[in-house]
Amino acid sequence: MNLTLHVWRQKGPQDKGKLETYPANNISSDQSFLEMLDDVNEELIKKGQDPIAFDHDCREGICGMCSQVINGRPHGHEERTTVCQLHMRQFDDGDEIFIEPWRAKAFPVQKDLIVDRSALDAIMQSGGYSSCHTGGVADGNAILIGKPVADYAMDAAECIGCGACIAACPNSSAMLFTSAKVAQLAALPQGEPEAKKRVKAMTQAILDEGFGNCTNHYECEAACPKGISVKFIAKLNREYLKSLVPTSTES
Amino acid sequence: MILDGKAPTGDIQTSWDRARFDMKLVNPSNKRKYKVIMVGSGLAGGAGAASLGELGYHVDCFCYQDSPRRAHSIAAQGGINAAKSYPNDGDSIYRLFYDTVKGGDFRAREADVWRLAQVSNNIIDQCVAQGVPFARDYAGYLDNRSFGGAQVSRTFYARGQTGQQLLLGAYSALSRQIKNKTVTMYNRREMLDLVVVDGVAKGITVRNLMTGEIESHWADAVVLATGGFVNVFYLSTNAMGCSATAIWKASRKGAYMANPCYTQIHPTCIPQHGDKQSKLTLMSESLRNDGRVWVPKKAEDCDKYPGDIAPEDRDYYLERKYPSFGNLAPRDIASRAAKEQCDDGRGVGETKRGVFLDFQTSIDRVGQPMIKERYGNLFEMYEKITDEDGYERPMRIYPAPHYSMGGLWVDYQCMSNIPGLFVLGEANFSVHGANRLGASALMQGLADGYFVIPYTIAPYLASLTPGEVKEDHPEFKKSVEDVKGNIDKMLSIKGKKTVSELHRELGSVMWEDVGMARSDASLKNALQRIPEIRDEFWNNVNVTGGPGELNQQLENAGRLADFLEFAEVMATDALHREESCGGHFRTEHQTDDGEAMRDDENFCYTAAWEFKGAGKAPELHKEPLKFENVKLAVRSYK
Amino acid sequence: MDLFKSTVGRKILMAVTGLMLVGFISVHLLGNLSVFAGADAINAYAKHLHDLGPLVWVFRLAMLGLFAVHITFGVQLYLENRAATPDSYAVQKTLVTTFSAKTMVFTGLIVLAFLLYHLLHFTVQITNPDTAAHNLPLVHGHLDVFTMVTASFQNGFIAVVYIIAMIALTLHIFHGISSWVQTLGLSTGTSQDKVIFIGKIVAIAYGLAYIAIPLLLLARIVK
Repeated sequence: MNLTLHVWRQKGPQDKGKLETYPANNISSDQSFLEMLDDVNEELIKKGQDPIAFDHDCREGICGMCSQVINGRPHGHEERTTVCQLHMRQFDDGDEIFIEPWRAKAFPVQKDLIVDRSALDAIMQSGGYSSCHTGGVADGNAILIGKPVADYAMDAAECIGCGACIAACPNSSAMLFTSAKVAQLAALPQGEPEAKKRVKAMTQAILDEGFGNCTNHYECEAACPKGISVKFIAKLNREYLKSLVPTSTES
Repeated sequence: MILDGKAPTGDIQTSWDRARFDMKLVNPSNKRKYKVIMVGSGLAGGAGAASLGELGYHVDCFCYQDSPRRAHSIAAQGGINAAKSYPNDGDSIYRLFYDTVKGGDFRAREADVWRLAQVSNNIIDQCVAQGVPFARDYAGYLDNRSFGGAQVSRTFYARGQTGQQLLLGAYSALSRQIKNKTVTMYNRREMLDLVVVDGVAKGITVRNLMTGEIESHWADAVVLATGGFVNVFYLSTNAMGCSATAIWKASRKGAYMANPCYTQIHPTCIPQHGDKQSKLTLMSESLRNDGRVWVPKKAEDCDKYPGDIAPEDRDYYLERKYPSFGNLAPRDIASRAAKEQCDDGRGVGETKRGVFLDFQTSIDRVGQPMIKERYGNLFEMYEKITDEDGYERPMRIYPAPHYSMGGLWVDYQCMSNIPGLFVLGEANFSVHGANRLGASALMQGLADGYFVIPYTIAPYLASLTPGEVKEDHPEFKKSVEDVKGNIDKMLSIKGKKTVSELHRELGSVMWEDVGMARSDASLKNALQRIPEIRDEFWNNVNVTGGPGELNQQLENAGRLADFLEFAEVMATDALHREESCGGHFRTEHQTDDGEAMRDDENFCYTAAWEFKGAGKAPELHKEPLKFENVKLAVRSYK
Repeated sequence: MDLFKSTVGRKILMAVTGLMLVGFISVHLLGNLSVFAGADAINAYAKHLHDLGPLVWVFRLAMLGLFAVHITFGVQLYLENRAATPDSYAVQKTLVTTFSAKTMVFTGLIVLAFLLYHLLHFTVQITNPDTAAHNLPLVHGHLDVFTMVTASFQNGFIAVVYIIAMIALTLHIFHGISSWVQTLGLSTGTSQDKVIFIGKIVAIAYGLAYIAIPLLLLARIVK
């Protein structure tokens, strides 16, 4: 099939950037979207032009590196699919495709489709862990965790940290990303002792990193390639409310 | 030269405890004076950096991705082994040790494997404490599944994303240390040289992939945890950025490359389609718990719809050949068996390089919802890539390069032959011998990171004065100049071929000649072709862009340049090893029924290669292997 | 205090004050609907309110507080969210969000502007002196609120202003009513869709009821 691409090109963080148009010819429907871009890049190199820079790594939908807004939707129009798992059989001959980077103040564009997502690391560093020491922990079966709780935690833990939720959010809020970690650890007994501290620190980090506030648009859930539910945001809100209630053991 | 792994001798069961007691310690208040560089942030690197930071060392951690959470450990699907014996099915530390030595076809160091088996239980506890949501049963206990090469259920898992969950656990521990300022994280940096001062590793030279700046970083010890090299085959299950670059740069500085010919070809990958594919996708080995592997008995049935082939016309070849392990035969054996069937003209799919993985029997037994619960995400992934429904018709699978058992040579302390250079996880050669069993890579990465390097680095650090050599040393300046010179050289060629075209050429030579089956003739052909492609690279490659900017073509070119040198050592190793063992199958050395034939008389050693310059023959050093606990025997899974 | 700075804390304040304001418009609506029961009913209602004396002022101050918090944080969050999204996409497709959710700050400000007008109109009674109850003859010794209301809404301009404002209010609570369930952490995922659905139905019901008053009076269906 033959396609027309409109790709965001930006030389560096300070450059203004603009959409450029490229043809993508003789694309096979078995190719993945990134393999299609590989083809386009090979053509550009042969013509002596600068190939399109884009983030990608595992190409099996788990590392969270790929990050493109395709025709107005993060990771493209197929539900629960990362760009690398999006295949060209989802497109038709003659399609026009707009490819843009994640856009948010907290995700400054570095080059073309590559953005800086270190703000997500900063949120995790603010409290996205249980402060256990290496070694010196109890036997894995010493704490019983029922299957529904383990499943709930796993549903939240499936987040790949790609940032599509932020790219899709009209407010560029990182609430779904943050809530997935807060909910996972709050649901498990291991995370409980630090739950109050964690939810306060991580929600503060959202603002410190320049993300917006959640106003319940739920675009994040719709865009999430792993189907992380907004029920985890409700869980985060609940955890936050709980953190406001002092208990008798706190002085 | 004969190498000494310095493994503890005597009773294996107490070997790690005795070794730990004998190790010097660094006083807690002195630890912060030492700086350690960790290259890589996967299971081994992330866990190692976090644990060393927690102990009080100052750690600088580097990764080429935009976040440590993206290391390719994340893609591991099936699970992690541990000798917990929760199912009460006869497992023990000794059995895990035994299975791993045997599974590795008797080419690993016994004491290292014992240590791995011993700490395997601590890993599970550690991950649970971090909040890793392992699968549990309704009573709340940890659940287990089975994996290839074992007759017990010892594999812990988190749906089909165990690697992801374990990596995120390590990442959370690392994040905590970054917050505590014991670890400084350097994202988007690629190590392009090891700085060796007076024969001792003292730092690294890296390229900032965002700005193109070349940076020097000093340390009292350098730890590499940079994964494997199977992208030398171009198409593999590794991430696009996985490369041999870090370990190869160390090799160029004198570190020995051990057993590079031991590469794992994983049996359950989605077959290649078309010539534009950029990578191959693995389907977890855990699928073989419930999937039966077969091909049509008659070549003329191969194009039929699989459901139309009568049961008596199907050849469940793994069950036929290996009745006691059946579909759970180890990876090397399952892969070769698949190749055999396809070579026999009974492969399926468009390219005829594929076999069926059929779930019908299990669906009939436990129902589709249960299969979906166990492997749902894998079926989804399969459908996305192939546009076929794995519940409706059998999946098609074919072997693909997946893991490298070989790597930099290290002693029992995980230190290479260059003092101060430690190597962890897939990047070293130590525990998997010639073949790795399923769910053992996660185990090794975390064992090395959480429970081995924190102990074994101490005696080395205790022996030196911290901070003696820093970035102002002339060796650092020289290294920066060398790296810049190399980059400028690649950028100045401006030839006709792209980096990926040349990588494909190398890959096809490696896959055809140094792949699943190797012969004297094929290896000699490879050794002729590799230098030709290397010459073409250095004379005709076209690397666009400049050095001082984000330049992905330049990154790929650098990685390919290293593969082009590394590949030659790999083929040399394969040619010299005149035996078949594990992932290394020499067609000249097989039994009458096509099984691998080891030669313990002549090859019961680790081959460690010293690089002597591109195009020059590397020098072989041997570390003899002694098997005092697991008797050397012909590996049988029949 | 953390509650007034945190991203979740302010959202909770928005939800709680919003919920109370919904409570207010519910009571207000019940009072208003008495206009359909005839002059005596609504005049008695007005008298009843009037007789509360100082309590009315306590109530008014409380309302002022609620509005102040709701509006201050609403505008503040909006400005922060705009700052967090400096660049827009060339092509953007939203999937589940609504016009209502995207325009909360605007519908809110429209309601605010209307509120000021409404107070001047019916409470202070300075916008339309000729129909102001103060200037109308007393009925049974009480202010003739009924005539003020009916006469006002027979004025096409006033009725249209009210109708537009009530559409804005409806849009505002179309998103707002279900939103507080999520914000206060009461949503569990499985109930989410139902909560949103009910929220929308309630909002539309409120909107229709509020709009009915000026509309029916304007159309002289009710006199």
